[in-house]
Amino acid sequence: MSVRWQRKDLLGIAELSRQEIELVLDTAESFAEVALRPIKKVPTLRGKTVLNLFFEASTRTRSSFEIAEKRLSADNLNFSSSGSALEKGESLVDTALNLQAMAPDLIVIRHAHPGVPHMLAKRLKAGVINAGDGAHEHPTQALLDAFTIRQRKGRIEGLKVAIVGDLEHSRVLRSNLHLLKKLGAEVVLAGPRTMMPVGVAAFEVPFFYSIEEALEGADVVMMLRAQLERMSRPLFPTVKEYFKLFALTRERLRLAKADAVVMHPGPMNRGVEIASDVADGERSVILEQVTNGVAVRMAVLYLCSGMQGEAA
Amino acid sequence: MRTLIRNGRVVDPSQGLDGFVDLLLEDGEVAVIGERLEAPQQTEVVDATGLVVAPGFIDIHVHLREPGQEYKETVRTGTMAAAAGGFTAVCCMANTVPVNDHRSITEHIRGEAERHGFARVYPIGAVSKGLDGKQMAEIGEMAAAGAVAISDDGKPVMDAELMRRAMLYAQHYGLPVVQHAEDLSLSGGGVMHEGLTSARLGLPGIPGSAEDVMVARDLILLEDTGGRYHVAHISTARSLALVRAAKQRGLPATCEVTPHHLLLTDEEVAATGFSTACKMKPPLRSAADREAMLAGLADGTVDAIASDHAPHHPDEKDESFHNAPNGIVGLETTVPLCLDRLVRPGIISLSRLVELLACGPARVMNLPTGTLRVGSPADVTLLSLEERFRVEPTSFRSKGRSTPFGGLELQGRAAGTFLDGRRVALEEGRRPG
Repeated sequence: MSVRWQRKDLLGIAELSRQEIELVLDTAESFAEVALRPIKKVPTLRGKTVLNLFFEASTRTRSSFEIAEKRLSADNLNFSSSGSALEKGESLVDTALNLQAMAPDLIVIRHAHPGVPHMLAKRLKAGVINAGDGAHEHPTQALLDAFTIRQRKGRIEGLKVAIVGDLEHSRVLRSNLHLLKKLGAEVVLAGPRTMMPVGVAAFEVPFFYSIEEALEGADVVMMLRAQLERMSRPLFPTVKEYFKLFALTRERLRLAKADAVVMHPGPMNRGVEIASDVADGERSVILEQVTNGVAVRMAVLYLCSGMQGEAA
Repeated sequence: MRTLIRNGRVVDPSQGLDGFVDLLLEDGEVAVIGERLEAPQQTEVVDATGLVVAPGFIDIHVHLREPGQEYKETVRTGTMAAAAGGFTAVCCMANTVPVNDHRSITEHIRGEAERHGFARVYPIGAVSKGLDGKQMAEIGEMAAAGAVAISDDGKPVMDAELMRRAMLYAQHYGLPVVQHAEDLSLSGGGVMHEGLTSARLGLPGIPGSAEDVMVARDLILLEDTGGRYHVAHISTARSLALVRAAKQRGLPATCEVTPHHLLLTDEEVAATGFSTACKMKPPLRSAADREAMLAGLADGTVDAIASDHAPHHPDEKDESFHNAPNGIVGLETTVPLCLDRLVRPGIISLSRLVELLACGPARVMNLPTGTLRVGSPADVTLLSLEERFRVEPTSFRSKGRSTPFGGLELQGRAAGTFLDGRRVALEEGRRPG
């Protein structure tokens, strides 16, 4: 590897170069093999402490980080906002400074508000890894998606990737847009008009108000979760109607290339944005994404720990 | 008590004056304006060579936070900031704790200003009791105690019937109704302008229509009620166009714009990496909106520049962008920003700026100041157009520190203020007299 990782933090894909993205993916390749061993552990981060600071509920991402940390032999600790000092009125900054005082090496942060990992990274000596900040970025998700595409398709450059669903509220979309564009994919978007950001032009990719138009000739179909918890706002009338208007069904998938793969960042709403037979079908790589997530997060933890070059 | 201000360039658009004349202030009033005035005995002579002499500036949109939130600001610190920034008067909003919705609070604020004020304080009373948007506050009582306008600022008057009745009722006391124009059902949980930048950052947006819908509704009501209506911190091109059209039809509508909406756009949120100094309501808008605000200054649609000085404790602003309170300070940056960024590049003339900071505000709020006509209250602002300085929030007189303009190098600032003919002494930490 010729590129050296110079960052203490991974806050988003926006600021990464193509070389840095490829470095993470290449590093993840070498960690993927650990999962196949009878003893799934390497000593890479022995003696390092990692805090998982989840201010917002998460099952998949948190478990994935935890497993990645354990496989790297790091000591880890979970901190979630319920029952914590934050609920007792402590400020975000104070919580972070208190945790910093315990001298962790890395802090993995998920927060419902965009920019929180960035704000804390400026004040913390520890490396900060963004595990999702509101609808802003979710860099490790985009990296694991890229890893999965590369694994299946052998490349990213030149592929047509359709990203479909609730575009406005999706951090997965935003991180993937940065990453796929930097790696030379052709990205197209589709979503219901009520879930399309007013400023969608800022994404500088084609966008459609029908799923069919986006699927046409796609190599990769990335479905986004319809955020049912947002139903308090008038975004769509019923789940049934969402399914009819925008779900990925077998018939619609025929519009994509014959070898197109189907992705979903999870958690998935079967019968809302994706039909069960597609989710479980032969084109689906949804569980591979989850598997790859561990290797990608091992790579990110390793690189941000500053251990690159010391042991590999 | 007499003061003679000599050798300055007097700019007073209220009497079409821009020239080198002297100004004699006597017994709290402007006594004589003329060339090369002789100083009568026992007169303090102020040499204003190289300075501009203008009617005292008035900031008609300020939050002094007293009573109830003295940790954010007090009448004393707020008016000190005003004086330091070149203002001789401020109008303070009603969203204090308790709300300025009855006479005793209005009197309390006036009393604090009498005792500790470095500038005149004109309270604005609430439209509704407790700003709850339901029941009308005792507007007449507050007017009797010195309230110059009514507003639920911080919150909009959402209920159209309440707005209609307030516009009618306020006419008994000759008060304008000042609206924080924001349809809450449209702004929802938004924290920044809805547009390209909010799309990129994933922050929930506040559409421009949230303001436009409210201004349009209010102007329709105004047409039926008569009365006077003032749009606080107008921020969108379309709202401004609505006000322009209303004025052309002869409706008594006015509006103010803030320096931050004149100088910054929503991109600032991204450029500063989610700085909470870019969080306020209305939010920083698009480049097209900003252009429209500048055009509104030049073509006369805008009646006043007001800071919406909204101090918060630094700890409160040290939060996620989402959770941080809305508002930034402005009393100590408004005049320098306007001189450096509006007058110096020739967007507006100095005389127009004085109109926007003195005459216009006085007209909107029906104040006797904002002019240097003989017989007017002797409130004067001196300006240095040459002085260069750096905006240092840590040296603000205000308790608030949050500003997106910190660190800027600016040319031009206030060089002092006179209240009732006496120089306001900030250095000694006390008001004149």
